[in-house]
Amino acid sequence: MDNHLQIEEIKVKKQTNVERIMGFIVPIVFIVLCAVGYYLSELPFIFVLNEVIIRLGRNSFLVISLIIPVIAGMGLNFGIVLGAMAGQMALIFITNYSLEGAGGLLIAILVSTPVAIVFGYLVGRVLNKAKGKEMITSMILGFFSNGLYQLIFLLFAGTIIPFKKEGLLLSTGMGLRNSVDLAGVRYAMDDIIKIRPYPGLTVPVFTLVVIVLLCLTLTFFLKTKLGQEMRTVGQNMHIAQVAGINVDRTRIIAIIISTVLAAWGQIIFLQNIGTLNTYGSHEQVGLFAVASLLIGGASVTKATYRQALMGTFMFHMLFIISPMAGQNLMNDSQIGEFFRVFVAYGVIGLALLLHAWQRRGKK
Amino acid sequence: MNGIEVANWQPQYLRHPPSKEGNTLGTDYLLQIKNVSKEYSGNRVLKNVNINIKAGEIHGLVGENGAGKSTLMNILFGMEVIHSTGGFEGDIIIDGNVANPKTPKESMELGIGMVHQEFMLIPGFSIAENIKLNREITKDNLFSRILGPKMKTLNFKKMGEDSRQALDKLGMSIDEWLPVAGLPIGYMQFVEIAREIDKENLKILVFDEPTAVLAEAEADKFLKVVRKLADLGIAILFISHRLDEIIEITDNITVLRDGEVVSSLITKDADVHKIAELMVGRKIENTNTAKDMKQEDEEKDYILELKNLYVDMPGEMVKGLNLKVRRGEILGIGGLGGQGKIGVANGIMGLYPTRGEILRDGTPLPLNQPKKVLDSGVAFVTEDRRGVGLLLDDSIEHNIAISALQIKEKFIKNIASFKIMNNKEVKEHALNMIKELDIRCTGPKQLTRRLSGGNQQKVCIARALTLDPDIILVSEPTRGIDVGAKKIVLDLLVKLNRELGMTVIITSSELAELRSVSDRIAIIFEGKLEGVLSPNDSDVNYGLMMAGEYVKEEVS
Repeated sequence: MDNHLQIEEIKVKKQTNVERIMGFIVPIVFIVLCAVGYYLSELPFIFVLNEVIIRLGRNSFLVISLIIPVIAGMGLNFGIVLGAMAGQMALIFITNYSLEGAGGLLIAILVSTPVAIVFGYLVGRVLNKAKGKEMITSMILGFFSNGLYQLIFLLFAGTIIPFKKEGLLLSTGMGLRNSVDLAGVRYAMDDIIKIRPYPGLTVPVFTLVVIVLLCLTLTFFLKTKLGQEMRTVGQNMHIAQVAGINVDRTRIIAIIISTVLAAWGQIIFLQNIGTLNTYGSHEQVGLFAVASLLIGGASVTKATYRQALMGTFMFHMLFIISPMAGQNLMNDSQIGEFFRVFVAYGVIGLALLLHAWQRRGKK
Repeated sequence: MNGIEVANWQPQYLRHPPSKEGNTLGTDYLLQIKNVSKEYSGNRVLKNVNINIKAGEIHGLVGENGAGKSTLMNILFGMEVIHSTGGFEGDIIIDGNVANPKTPKESMELGIGMVHQEFMLIPGFSIAENIKLNREITKDNLFSRILGPKMKTLNFKKMGEDSRQALDKLGMSIDEWLPVAGLPIGYMQFVEIAREIDKENLKILVFDEPTAVLAEAEADKFLKVVRKLADLGIAILFISHRLDEIIEITDNITVLRDGEVVSSLITKDADVHKIAELMVGRKIENTNTAKDMKQEDEEKDYILELKNLYVDMPGEMVKGLNLKVRRGEILGIGGLGGQGKIGVANGIMGLYPTRGEILRDGTPLPLNQPKKVLDSGVAFVTEDRRGVGLLLDDSIEHNIAISALQIKEKFIKNIASFKIMNNKEVKEHALNMIKELDIRCTGPKQLTRRLSGGNQQKVCIARALTLDPDIILVSEPTRGIDVGAKKIVLDLLVKLNRELGMTVIITSSELAELRSVSDRIAIIFEGKLEGVLSPNDSDVNYGLMMAGEYVKEEVS
């Protein structure tokens, strides 16, 4: 055959400028919102920066844990709630045995890992039975497991599961208290390396380094054989199957990784907060992480760590500035809060809607 | 007793000439498919199929839809659908060894490659990544030594080089790192082939309808490449509906019909006519011989005219169809699967996006508005009986009444300005229909899910009749129902036509069925009308039309 096939012949679909901007529409809207909110709130720059850095350190890990299931084509894994539970169980465990400091935190991470692997495996098995409906399934799984979690810590704690630390149980001797003081591991990770480059500005360098390492590992992972398999499965399960990839197994691994990362993420989150709300800390984890990722411009089928970091930054920036902005604009800080909650849920709805439209457009 | 045996007697070599040869010279063949049979829940789709292919041979496989080609390929490729439905009988022999692959992976390791009709390419990946899909070249790193081979890094440079080689073999100068999404279809096909020839152990390459998606120039180029591959010593199994292509490129041809090998011939001895005839065959005796096709200019009373109709129905696209339907006739619409025959009725009803013009008694019918079409007296019995045809968990009487209730406001009584369904009328009507159409059931309250396929179909027809249509469109009326019920359903359609003067348009994959009831049969090929035949036309003509060769023949 002659060699006349030219690359120029290839009509790669050219994106128009409008399309390119529409691809970034969500982050652009939020950048504008952040800028306007910042201007209205009249808060000092250093204060906002400090708060945002703290929250980045606190939340990024959880948000990044969502990326791998997205790449494996399983959508947004609301099931990271189960990972968060595993992390909390480990924290309750170390508090019960009065393990403190960085060592205690390391033990918590070690304890949470096998628990999260088991949870992840179970979630993965269920999601394999609900292909195409992973998101709603994982969300409902989160609610369901919340019931089991409450059963264990309200009913079994103190009766079947012995607790030795005073003050951890309710006065009746059955069930865990509503809040657990994590004084022993508070800032245990942030304090390993922490600098104060400017008055009023504290940077938890170590935590940020860990997050950067996670991003690098993620980038590396996607270039491995397993990462390539996940991308293949994510793009088309049938083709992956025909190519000899074990689709179900790959999907389970993706969910396990996500759940384990979520467990670690929740531990990092709570060591910064300092108290564990036994029955509440995990509840919003999935929703807030998903909202952060989507605000960064990710979609149900595409997500990068850059979008995760960017989204976390903007989502929490809104957290910080909206009460003050509402106060200054409407004389009521609640208005700002309402607006922020509206935005958090609205962006999830919008992202899912955009995804549905795109899919319809493809047909 | 002897008489019967003699009547059926045939020299052994006439029945399966190549397979006999194959038994004696077994090791000469690279691939032998030996006595392969397959059943899907009691329905035999393959019966004792024997095919033998030598290295470097291009072997054509032809047959109508449902002849069993896809099933055979699925067996060869170890697809899950075969093994989750009880496996198959017989043997797949490669290089003289029984292979019988159980997974696609096993089959790949045996050296069987396949270029699928629907491309197995990941659009978001580059050409190189697609060529190396799940056969990526990897290198060790720190993590892979601890966590196992899955954590090995991909060696993109090496993958690119290999892909380059494979593409060069096909004479393609395209950049291997371009994404597949956005490539012209012909290029995608070549990427598929490049992927297969990149497999070092490739021995057998299966092409499933490879030229169906290609333009003519691309197809020519493609056929040259296939020849080149065969010269490299690869055995090629070539499935195509384009008979001239089969004649042009293959060495031997196997014709499948109803899951059986009806003939194995050497291409030199074959011609398009012969293959077409073998492919179609005559399945049931034509009961319609008394009818003659009326001449085109004899009457001008058209009840329905389709002008330049386009229907965007996935898998059954209609692309510029012109067809006229006479008042009071039974018109059959036939053609191979995927050529668009199903799309015609769905387009008329406006169930899929439609363009063009539909004239009903000379006045244009609004497009894409099912309600308007129903209002105008056109009723539709869908091909998807259990999916959209019936409310499976509702009673027979409701199923019969529902369309008329919605469209014609039949069976409705007004009580204090509330519209209430008149249960008594509905029941009476249902009982009437049950009697007239002979629906076998326990009563009008029975759920349609519990009925047999044939009776479900009758309920669908009863519902269409309740609308008092003068045109009834029936799609695949006999799909998935047993032989006895088939005849009853077909007789019913004929009765409607004769006694009530209804115009009936039947779409069916079963040509024999169309020929037994229709006055005229329109054959659809590639979304257009290939031609209209009388039921008594020869098998050859039908075969040629279905393969899209008819018009070409007339021109030449």
